[in-house]
Amino acid sequence: MLIQVDIVSSEAEIWSGSVAMVFAPGEMGELGIAPRHAPLITRLKPGEVRILDELDNETSFFISGGILEVQPHLVTILADTAIRAEHLDEVAALEAKQRAEETMANRASAMDYARAKAELAELAAMVETIKKIRKRKA
Amino acid sequence: MSGAKEIRSKIKSIKNTQKITKAMEMVAASKMRKAQDRMTATRPYAEKMRNVICHLSHAHAEIKHPFMIEREIKRVGYIVVTSDRGLCGGLNVNLFKKTLADMIAHDEQGIEIDVVAIGRKAVEYFKRRGANVVAQASHLGDTPHIDELIGTVKVMLDAFAEGDIDALYMVSNDFVNTMTQTATIAKILPVAGPADDQLKHHWDYIYEPDSKEILDSLLMRFVESQVYQGVVENIACEMSARMIAMKSATDNAGDIISDLETMYNKARQAAITQEISEIVAGAAAV
Repeated sequence: MLIQVDIVSSEAEIWSGSVAMVFAPGEMGELGIAPRHAPLITRLKPGEVRILDELDNETSFFISGGILEVQPHLVTILADTAIRAEHLDEVAALEAKQRAEETMANRASAMDYARAKAELAELAAMVETIKKIRKRKA
Repeated sequence: MSGAKEIRSKIKSIKNTQKITKAMEMVAASKMRKAQDRMTATRPYAEKMRNVICHLSHAHAEIKHPFMIEREIKRVGYIVVTSDRGLCGGLNVNLFKKTLADMIAHDEQGIEIDVVAIGRKAVEYFKRRGANVVAQASHLGDTPHIDELIGTVKVMLDAFAEGDIDALYMVSNDFVNTMTQTATIAKILPVAGPADDQLKHHWDYIYEPDSKEILDSLLMRFVESQVYQGVVENIACEMSARMIAMKSATDNAGDIISDLETMYNKARQAAITQEISEIVAGAAAV
């Protein structure tokens, strides 16, 4: 009896296939998942995911955390590509905010939608004209 | 005609420009292929993620995460994804036009707007326009990584969780094919639950640690992956738009060169004719 395993990260598909057993570093402890495991969902710690195929060949992957979902015949591992931690995320958010604040400090004035619209209309007209000129040439 | 020399130098300078646009076209073409590969590589994650969320919402309909609840809209957030560089035709202009139309529609209803700018063009545009930019990210390069976007997205997620904004949209270009890219506005938050509300057989997950925390991190990653995918797709759009723009620039340069060459030949011939008629006239006078 085999279980379908899909390991994906946000940047690429890592592995997909049928295996006899999966081992993963769950947040509350190491997990071993065989076919017909009860539905389970948990976060993963950074560590090694090992899979055993029917011939007992072992393959392993390193993941830097993620989420594991178990359905009776399907295991999905959503692997992170970045090291995640609450404080790290917080720092990244602050940096993004700071960059924006610098931009805001230098901005001309508050958003004037009417003017922006007029300006865009002008640009669109320009593009139209270029198109027309090109058509006439052809 | 005196212009022969000037025409020749003009032809030379346009030929140089043509070489540059031709090179840019080829660079964009090869980058486009890579960007397209990257775009397809990111799809499985979002798909699997959607499956898990779908399973999850079937498992226990009674607990709803704040990210999944619709509420009255007083303030909205936009994540606007553009390229870092220009020379890619009307790609960014079309995107801004679409964004602005949507913003104006919200503005007329008295809804306030926050903006997250991704890409240098968006940063510059909203700075000039004076929009309320709450976070920004630029210079992501041709191979962006999700960790460069986490902070930027988190600003909006936090704002939504705290009730500062009531809906979050992402504006980016959709890669239809090499010739066509369309600017699209997609609603990211609240996350739309599955359409069917019928009761399936009752089952639930074993949650480790608990369902709230799992949903938290799952939905956060879901939104991040959507934005990431938008950014990656936008790069593919940028490259193909640039390829097309540079191709037509190269063609235009070719047209101008052939026009100038005709003009140059005419000028040359006129000069020769004049010289001959001068000689003939001179001979006749002797």
